[in-house]
Amino acid sequence: NQSSSVLLMGKSGSGKTSMRSIIFANYIARDTRRLGATIDVEHSHVRFLGNLVLNLWDCGGQDTFMENYFTSQRDNIFRNVEVLIYVFDVESRELEKDMHYYQSCLEAILQNSPDAKVFCLVHKMDLVQEDQRDLIFKEREEDLKRLSRPLSCTCFRTSIWDETLYKAWSSIVYQLIPNVQQLETNLRNFAQIIEADEVLLFERATFLVISHYQCKEQRDAHRFEKISNIIKQFKLSCSKLAASFQSMEVRNSNFAAFIDVFTSNTYVMVIMSDPSIPSAATLINIRNARKHFEKLERVDGPKHSLHMRMR
Amino acid sequence: MSTDEEYEEDELQALSETEGECEDGVLQFSDSLTGEVKPRILLMGLRRSGKSSIQKVVFHKMSPNETLFLESTNKICREDVSSSSFISFQIWDFPGQIDFFDPTFDYEIIFRGTGALIFVIDSQDDYVEALSRLHLTVTRAYTVNPDINFEVFIHKVDGLSDEHKIEKQRDIHKRANDDLNDAGLERIVLSFYLTSIYDHSIFEAFSKVAQKLIPQLPTLENLLNIFISNSGVEKAFLFDVVSKIYIATDSSPVDMQTYELSCDMIDVVMDISSIYGLANSEAALPYDKESTAIIHLNNSTVMYLREVTKFLAMVCFLPKDSFGRKGLIDYNFHCFRKAIEEVFDVRVKVQQNRKLLGQRRWSKLTAANTR
Repeated sequence: NQSSSVLLMGKSGSGKTSMRSIIFANYIARDTRRLGATIDVEHSHVRFLGNLVLNLWDCGGQDTFMENYFTSQRDNIFRNVEVLIYVFDVESRELEKDMHYYQSCLEAILQNSPDAKVFCLVHKMDLVQEDQRDLIFKEREEDLKRLSRPLSCTCFRTSIWDETLYKAWSSIVYQLIPNVQQLETNLRNFAQIIEADEVLLFERATFLVISHYQCKEQRDAHRFEKISNIIKQFKLSCSKLAASFQSMEVRNSNFAAFIDVFTSNTYVMVIMSDPSIPSAATLINIRNARKHFEKLERVDGPKHSLHMRMR
Repeated sequence: MSTDEEYEEDELQALSETEGECEDGVLQFSDSLTGEVKPRILLMGLRRSGKSSIQKVVFHKMSPNETLFLESTNKICREDVSSSSFISFQIWDFPGQIDFFDPTFDYEIIFRGTGALIFVIDSQDDYVEALSRLHLTVTRAYTVNPDINFEVFIHKVDGLSDEHKIEKQRDIHKRANDDLNDAGLERIVLSFYLTSIYDHSIFEAFSKVAQKLIPQLPTLENLLNIFISNSGVEKAFLFDVVSKIYIATDSSPVDMQTYELSCDMIDVVMDISSIYGLANSEAALPYDKESTAIIHLNNSTVMYLREVTKFLAMVCFLPKDSFGRKGLIDYNFHCFRKAIEEVFDVRVKVQQNRKLLGQRRWSKLTAANTR
């Protein structure tokens, strides 16, 4: 059984380890200051979306090491790659070198896994002045798209200090879900039956929003990232007490929100704007829907296990 | 605090209150319209010790990282947090380099109306100068108003190991008290707190400082005790939601982690309510009369939050089994909430009576003088 790989690559110091820690290992941005430079090949497993396993390889990216590893292990690394995520430090003073490395990776991809999806993260955007950000990102995006041909790449601007990191990873993950259309159709039906304003589906380990349905215009366009962050922060707080939260209900006179375990890999958040509907009714509805969605997930079965390597 | 002379003086001043940030040496007093005397908390300490950052983080929900960009305070900033917070205190943020001997400021008047004086010491710096300033400040304030609570925040301890923290506290405690003893002022009591804006310790310390200034505290504690014993609740806090200071808790010991988790719960509730819970009108508030939250933890504990007043929330911890009898808990809570309302009503009535009394006396005095 061939396993599929997600590669997380980029020059040394571009922010890969921090990024990985925040998305997968539940470090909040502040804690990543304590992570030292990765100086050796680091390997860790992360379960992702239940039937996917990410094996993270962090090779540190120190130049000579990188060169050696690259040449000797090249075919191995770049075979069966489903996704390449390449991280660029927006403040880098060696733009040419960065592009050179990136192109080497792309060549290897073209040779070994031509169907791979390529994502470029222009990272550490917080270090750029706010009024310059759009401009600089557009410039980089144009360059990268040009350089990547014939492969097409999707670019995101990211920073660990705001919601852009989440947004980028959410988008990437969304494209990794095998049956995402079916999931969305079912979610829509569910939302309509229970008369919810909005329903969000989260991946359980990272709380990235992987699917959603809304029946009414919502005022806050950034709410997915915010909610992900809010819940993750709270999860982190609970873990300090060696506990974790199972479910949550928040309400005021205008709304009621329910966050609960859904399937073995997901959490669901249901927003009701009719506060007269008793909590118990919504909770029962969620419980019944759970069984249905579990069946969906099982039908698809373990499609692939993803190996994720970082360079 | 509550002497008749002081009330009279306030009437004499009769300045109306201005909401505002910095006052340029003009000292404002309580609003003669509502008659509420708001006790003052003073934040004092050397330059760059962290006073403004503390105020911003506790009362303005500023992220500790953002405080790096705060500029030096160069005027006395008086912040009245009573409009958004239960705590009807004035926080006076003094610039670090204030000179006591400057004739422009009448320190007597400032200290007279003060409930608590927080002196902030930067623990990461050499604190010899801080200690001598502390001594000078405390002795001056004490002569004017011996009822002031003196609180010393040993601040910026986030970088220190636990041993180091205790060592610093012991050292500062000893030196400060030695200075006072040498001056023959053993009766002055200093309380010490280890604080940092990067964790919950600053909120915990402020909670304790604020609690000492709330006259209704024993009543609130009593009410909480009654509530928890009749509802199967293990721990309950009465929080000011804006500042996350708890103004009262039941008599069982407070576990820092429980307190921290409660603060985090309030954050979650506020944040989610701000996203989904705002009505379409402009003046919508995320926290209203119906604000409620229930969080189930995996260790069979349930966290339950209920709105008590527009500033206060009750956060309690109970085992899952107790939560099965939610109807009973809600009824008990209903009684509790009513009792809280009555307690605060009493306060307002007492204030109003005192004010009337003061006015009558004043008019008698003026009548006597004109004869």
